Amino acid sequence: MTDHMNDVHALSGAYAVDALDDAERARFEEHLRRCPDCRAEVAGLRETAASLPVQPAAPPPQLRDRILEGIETIRPLPPLTQTTADVVPLTRRRLRPAPTSLLVAAVAVLIAAVGGAFFLHPWSSDRGQVQETAADKVLDADDATRITEKLGDAQATVVISRSEGRAVIVTKDMPLAPDGRTYELWFQTPQGTMQPAGLMPDDQDATVLLDGDASDATGVGITVEPDGGSPEPTSDPIAFFALAT
Amino acid sequence: MGPGRNERAGAPHVGAPVGAGAEPDALAALLQRSARGDRAAFAELYDATAPRAHGLAVRVVRDPAQAEEVTQEAYLDVWRTASRFDPELGSALTWLLTIVHRKAVDRVRSAEASGRREATYHHRNQTIDHDATAEAAHASLEARRVRAALTQLTDVQREAIELAYFGGYTHTEVAALLDLPVGTAKTRIRDGLIRLRDTIGVGT
Repeated sequence: MTDHMNDVHALSGAYAVDALDDAERARFEEHLRRCPDCRAEVAGLRETAASLPVQPAAPPPQLRDRILEGIETIRPLPPLTQTTADVVPLTRRRLRPAPTSLLVAAVAVLIAAVGGAFFLHPWSSDRGQVQETAADKVLDADDATRITEKLGDAQATVVISRSEGRAVIVTKDMPLAPDGRTYELWFQTPQGTMQPAGLMPDDQDATVLLDGDASDATGVGITVEPDGGSPEPTSDPIAFFALAT
Repeated sequence: MGPGRNERAGAPHVGAPVGAGAEPDALAALLQRSARGDRAAFAELYDATAPRAHGLAVRVVRDPAQAEEVTQEAYLDVWRTASRFDPELGSALTWLLTIVHRKAVDRVRSAEASGRREATYHHRNQTIDHDATAEAAHASLEARRVRAALTQLTDVQREAIELAYFGGYTHTEVAALLDLPVGTAKTRIRDGLIRLRDTIGVGT
């Protein structure tokens, strides 16, 4: 029951009741992206947990006023539209050899994009959302902050919008990751841990929306990982962008 | 999806109506109207669900002022992300409560990170709370069924679920609280939830 292969599946119950620590949660969400069975199980177990008896507590009337006042200044997010324009860089990819790793990377990015969006909220049907929209929103946000790092001749810029709660990375002339390896993105949490934020596509010039919530991230890192990415960094970052908090 | 007790496609299922004074379908409709910026629909959604949602926040966070903050943050988030609710994947109330619960747990964990929280004390409290909760649930038929289902669990399964869901503890902490070998609490939580799901499902 507790052999290593099954270990990660066994986290579904704890995940459904928010009983994982941050590192485990990141690891399990990574797994969820690839495991429809676990996604279905989590949905059912959340439904079950939400049915646990709780004594109702009427909030004070002022809370209602504050909330209804609060929504006046918040624009509801648009629905996620179903298109296949997920992977921004694919349309701009250059011809190059090694189509297999390229395909693997593209699939990985697609999975990351789909999975990442899906788990932002309990049951958003984000599959197939247009990633450009969210990335553009960050790039265009009033509070967008840019941090640029040079990597030899390459340049990478992290753009973060705390109001959007998201971050985007824009690369230019980035050398491709070696065969069998991929660039993985990370958010540094206020606790100092690194949380997976998706994979970079195999493209020298790419604009990628990082997976996950950037609202309280203290930094963004890039590491070189085996294809498909890792739940935790296995090497030192090749670039790190410290974010002002 | 999931529990496999959904008879109609898109029909919200078990768990939805606990303590909420509205039909699950009605809640989903209110949520969908909220997504279009309908503030009256959102107010209606709030009125129908706030006691349940706030009850959950109070249960997990305990401190009334902090629970209010959690409830407020959660509802603002519900308004902002209402368009992301998908009725195919679960009920509107569960979607909302999942947001509340996550925020409540984040709150107790960050409070914990800034110091204190005595595990044994809470553990004792938690056990007492179980009875109080069960009593409070008598009004709802749905809740009665859940309460009956809870008695089908082993003590360890039930305690593990309650410490995790209501106590906001991680499964590792739950293992320590219940003197379970490291790594087994997550299994108890999962087994217990699955059993609960299937038991509730049978009576549907």
